[in-house]
Amino acid sequence: MITLHDLKRISDYEWEIPKSYREDMRVPVRLFATRRLLEEVVKDKSLEQAVNAATLPGLVGHVIVMPDMHQGYGFPIGAVAATRLPDGVISPGGIGYDINCGVRLLGSQISFDKARPHLDALATALNHFCPSGVGGKGAVHTTDAELEAVCRQGSRWAFKQGFASEADLRRTEESGCVEGADPNKVSKRAHERGRPQLGSLGAGNHFIEIDLVEQVFDPTAASVMGLEQGNLAVQIHCGSRGFGHQICTDYVEEFQGAVRRFGIHLVDRELVCAPLDSPEGQSYLAAMRCAANYAFANRQILANSARKAFEQVLAGRVKDWHLHQVYDICHNMGKIEMHIIDGERMKVCVHRKGATRAFGPGSPELPDEYKPIGQPVLVPGSMGTASWVLVGTEASMMQSFGSTCHGAGRLMSRHEAKRNIRGEKLIQDLEASGIHIRAGSMAGLAEEAPQAYKDVDQVVEAVVGAGIARKVARLRPLAVIKG
Amino acid sequence: MEPVFGFREHAHTADWELEVWAPDLPGLLEQSARGMHALSGMRLQCGLLQTRSITLHGEDTESLLVRFLTELLWLEQEEGLGFDDFSIAVDSQYNLQAELRGSAIANLDKEIKAVTYHNLAVQTSEQGLRVTIVFDV
Repeated sequence: MITLHDLKRISDYEWEIPKSYREDMRVPVRLFATRRLLEEVVKDKSLEQAVNAATLPGLVGHVIVMPDMHQGYGFPIGAVAATRLPDGVISPGGIGYDINCGVRLLGSQISFDKARPHLDALATALNHFCPSGVGGKGAVHTTDAELEAVCRQGSRWAFKQGFASEADLRRTEESGCVEGADPNKVSKRAHERGRPQLGSLGAGNHFIEIDLVEQVFDPTAASVMGLEQGNLAVQIHCGSRGFGHQICTDYVEEFQGAVRRFGIHLVDRELVCAPLDSPEGQSYLAAMRCAANYAFANRQILANSARKAFEQVLAGRVKDWHLHQVYDICHNMGKIEMHIIDGERMKVCVHRKGATRAFGPGSPELPDEYKPIGQPVLVPGSMGTASWVLVGTEASMMQSFGSTCHGAGRLMSRHEAKRNIRGEKLIQDLEASGIHIRAGSMAGLAEEAPQAYKDVDQVVEAVVGAGIARKVARLRPLAVIKG
Repeated sequence: MEPVFGFREHAHTADWELEVWAPDLPGLLEQSARGMHALSGMRLQCGLLQTRSITLHGEDTESLLVRFLTELLWLEQEEGLGFDDFSIAVDSQYNLQAELRGSAIANLDKEIKAVTYHNLAVQTSEQGLRVTIVFDV
């Protein structure tokens, strides 16, 4: 069990588990956290999992863990690891089953005062227009050919169907389409699971939330994003649904044999991997990109559905009820990127599992309007607490492979949350504090209670203190739709 | 005293962790299936009996366990079927043959995304077999 004594303090917000901690580590582990957050982190197995991740072949720099880190499987949630091309490995377990789970933020010119009488109706309309729940089918049922097009084109497919604007695409990570997707590398089962679910939220920690822009910290950046204090915004958190889950399942299975063929010794079978330049590694990369594009299209269709809900409730009642895209970011992805590591510029595969890309100002990957301010980073809290809009920095490029935190991070186990929190009581408490709730499952809701999460403000303090993100705005929840 | 077979949930911050034990491998597979269904809050309809036969192969005990549970998840999520009666046989080469009996699912509280290999190791003792499974939810 790793304790605080095993950590070397770099600064108030940065700590290290040196490579010497365990013989099989190939790189050190670098943690971004306050001491208070670390005291919680050492209670679960997230640091052991980070040390396990640090044993993978071909790693460069550090394995990074963010302040919202918590125990997962294989990698901890909140981890970033980069492997060198061409012979470093790619690990499906270092990306996760919900490939390209991510967050989209829509801004508006709708003032809270004008919207207040309609919030309950908006929650009902969002719940109606945006299918959710366990195994829920989507708003769009695709044919085999359409699903293949979604795999290759992502949000561009949604644009051709009339679900997106050009601005939506421009303001999406990778413009909503990762190149190199190959549907032929995706199993029949994944196709079968993916076809009926496009345009659905799912269940678990996925949600749609109406927020109030409560406080603006960087007026220039907020203005570029179209975020104004006192106005409404909408967050959509979901991923690639059963399609992505099946792709990860298939490749974790396939790679069980691959590690034997490549003679890779693992401390945990969930860390299975294959060299990036191997046929196995290339196949997974091509299939993972299909799921990534599916998730981009999925959030795009949900954004279109959210716009319909706003139109139905507010058209004729509020002057400008439109929702514009602020940005769409990925949490669970493996991406080929250029980074400077130990003074050398190199091409690496960055695994982000529960971490957000946070590219700094001037990055060529950003749309023109965001180049001066840096990439928007969306950090959802929990149902009852704040969410944050941040931007990436130059320091994030140097210290964390252009990455930062992705949310509040869980604190309480699901088991404990279920034992201690009743869904019905939680709804009453949240409604009493002015938050409208629509939920499919009381048991599921209890597991996602705000008490089960860390203090998101502390998490943001840590990444801002470390310099790997900068504050733009703080959002307060007004209505939450959970599957 | 602990019963000879069963399952119990352990605390896991983000996902679900289930400890399962049984005197033999078919028993361990059956208890794992029952535990997985219990975790997701599965309730079956009192309707028509549904049966399925499955044949699987694993490289070892752990991979057979993951593949068996993954197959049940597939039947749950794609066909809407749950099972509460199992006849399972496994030979020494990790070939599994199972007859599953159940019915359509009336309710599921939670969705399991996947059965993971995280630290998965079936332990053998005089009492039988024991394993801890982490499910991604």
